[in-house]
Amino acid sequence: MSFIPMFFALPLISAFLIPILGKIYKPLVWIVCTVVSFVLFILALYGIAVTQQIPMIVYKMGNWPPPLGIVMTFDSFSAFMVLVISIIVFAGSLFSLRYMSHYTGQWKFYTLFMLITAGMMGVSITGDLFNMFVFLEIAAISSYALVAFGVDAEELEASFKYMVMGEIGGLTFLLAIALIYAKTSTLNLADISNSLQVMGHTPFFWMVLGMMLFAFSIKAALVPFHSWLPDAHPAAPAPISSLLSGIFIKVLGIYTTARIVFNVFGLTRANDPQFFNVLIGLGLLSISFAGLTALSQKDYKRLLGFSSVSQIGYIMLGFGIGNYYGVTGAIFFILAHALAKGLLFLTAGSVVHVTGTRDLNKLAGLGERMPTTAWSFRFGGLSLVGIPPLVGFWAKFYIIIGIIKAGFIWVALVAILLSVLTLAYLLKIENNVFMKKGQIDAKEAPFTMRIAMVFLVVLIVILGIGFQPIINFIVGPAAHALLRGLEYSHLVFNSFAANF
Amino acid sequence: MIVFASCIILFLIGLYAVVTKRNLIKIAIGFALIEYAINLFFAFVGFKRGALAPIITQLDTPHNFVDPIPQALVLTAIVIALGTTALMLTIIMRIYDRYKTFDIAEIKKLRG
Amino acid sequence: MKGMSLIVKTITNIVIGFIFIFGVYIILHGHLTPGGGFAGGVIIAGVFILKFLAFGSGAKSEKKASTTASIFESMGGLLFIGIAISGLLLAGTFFLNFLPKGTPFHLLSAGIIPFCNIAISIKVGAGLFSIFLALAAMKYVMED
Repeated sequence: MSFIPMFFALPLISAFLIPILGKIYKPLVWIVCTVVSFVLFILALYGIAVTQQIPMIVYKMGNWPPPLGIVMTFDSFSAFMVLVISIIVFAGSLFSLRYMSHYTGQWKFYTLFMLITAGMMGVSITGDLFNMFVFLEIAAISSYALVAFGVDAEELEASFKYMVMGEIGGLTFLLAIALIYAKTSTLNLADISNSLQVMGHTPFFWMVLGMMLFAFSIKAALVPFHSWLPDAHPAAPAPISSLLSGIFIKVLGIYTTARIVFNVFGLTRANDPQFFNVLIGLGLLSISFAGLTALSQKDYKRLLGFSSVSQIGYIMLGFGIGNYYGVTGAIFFILAHALAKGLLFLTAGSVVHVTGTRDLNKLAGLGERMPTTAWSFRFGGLSLVGIPPLVGFWAKFYIIIGIIKAGFIWVALVAILLSVLTLAYLLKIENNVFMKKGQIDAKEAPFTMRIAMVFLVVLIVILGIGFQPIINFIVGPAAHALLRGLEYSHLVFNSFAANF
Repeated sequence: MIVFASCIILFLIGLYAVVTKRNLIKIAIGFALIEYAINLFFAFVGFKRGALAPIITQLDTPHNFVDPIPQALVLTAIVIALGTTALMLTIIMRIYDRYKTFDIAEIKKLRG
Repeated sequence: MKGMSLIVKTITNIVIGFIFIFGVYIILHGHLTPGGGFAGGVIIAGVFILKFLAFGSGAKSEKKASTTASIFESMGGLLFIGIAISGLLLAGTFFLNFLPKGTPFHLLSAGIIPFCNIAISIKVGAGLFSIFLALAAMKYVMED
């Protein structure tokens, strides 16, 4: 069971090795980064295989039992998040070999890349509230530095805006941790869950939950806290944009919200319908507002940034529904959107690498000259809209089934109608970039960039056709891990795996 | 009780500075104030009247110690705040280099 | 960066040794008295910053100092993770306190804690010195 600390220890070791290796032999840095990402992918698959038999693995750091020490709680939802993180990190690392030739100081990029991976992995597997804050800040500070990586004027402005909003969220989370510690005098998630159940749903309970939801909504870029995202995601280098939109906002915003709401505070749809209706409202607000704003954008990556805000609304809608189909659909949507949006940002990076511009009015006719990029964009876009048999269709299907089963027929109709917005803005990119006739100098993207895009396309197609085993073995157990709510704390304290 | 109220007032002063001031350096100072307030609040959570500092100096220990966990957590939070402040100040300096002003109303190349 | 007057340079030469020894004392006694890795690391960084401020430096020596600080920072981080991993390899759990605990209140007691303090202090000292160099080197960029 000692593979669990390897998830954040391996990226940390490589992050500390890269400055030394970067001075000896430069190409070694990219090799280290890609090899570590591939090893993390293999470990994530092994983790999923292990959580099929054992519902929760509890790894004690330094052999101190909970609640005295920090524990890592690895259940199916954590295994799922780790798998998604490792896929997108591997694709981004493959892509960045040729793309980062635009920038100087490449060893700094790879160090920050490994640090942000370590931070996200740590948030996904930890079972201690302050440890979650520390890893969250590691990932967030690395992302502020990565957004400002090419030090042009716009990138610095975007990074400063992102930093101010992100830090307000992080500090509010710290204040909420201080208040929880003052009331329950423990920091272990399972122990906090027990204490909060004894305390009941007092106004203090709702205040702390509101503060945490505020902090995580800033990180997840839900409307009305989304205004940093359309500036920050285009300004970052393309592999970092795909990482940020693909998994960063989901791990730091959606995973933490789901873990805190379902497992620690123990809210269920049956007992607290008003709270879940608030989540549904936030989701619908995000889908509609960001989808409409995306239609009027003229910048390729900025449009994709607004699209990310819109799709996060779907995930929040799925969690707000709260029954098995809704939560399964939301978790599957995390995977589908990570693959699709990661792929779309990589195609944007490929276009920028070859032509040097992101302006939709200037780009034209790249469909014949960059066939791999164009077809990757089409597959990614079709998955995002939700066309069968690609993986995005099944994810939206499960969410809509969940909404109908919960009885909100009009919400389901609105969600289906708003999918048309997704089709509209993706058609805008397709028309302007790949189909319009025009004179722009272009050739096909380099080989490793094409390999990264084709890898994600293959995953989209395979997971779409074979979605049933994925639902049964990977996504379903993750939904059960969330929906069993307060049993999380029983599993942590009584699990026989605590003796490993 | 009066200590907790003054922590909240310090937090609100810092938040006021971040939200309303136009100079970039004043926004960074506002963040420093917010971080001081939160760390102070956190360290005070473990206070007990008439208790000793939580350091064991002899083998037969007295038992009324102040809670040591918030002190360890505040140490970590101060280090994280240091990293954030350093990054923020470096970005502010580079923004001055590009835009030649510290005024946040002039820094609006990204719109739409 | 220009240096300071002759008085400051002379006093700095005398005082730097004492500050360094004081920093090492705080680091090594981290498991007995308040302080430990982080506070001691800040004092060690203060030693180097004082030398730079008092004697001044040109762009070349700043670049060399920055490279050296970066290597020391990586060494400190690798040492810390190495201690944690060696807890895994030699004794079974990540970060286990596997060295003998010794008698309380002596300098060589409490297992791996003194070594963790040393690793943290190297990293923090080098890191703060790099931050200082990054902020001070901006002067060359802005004067161009």
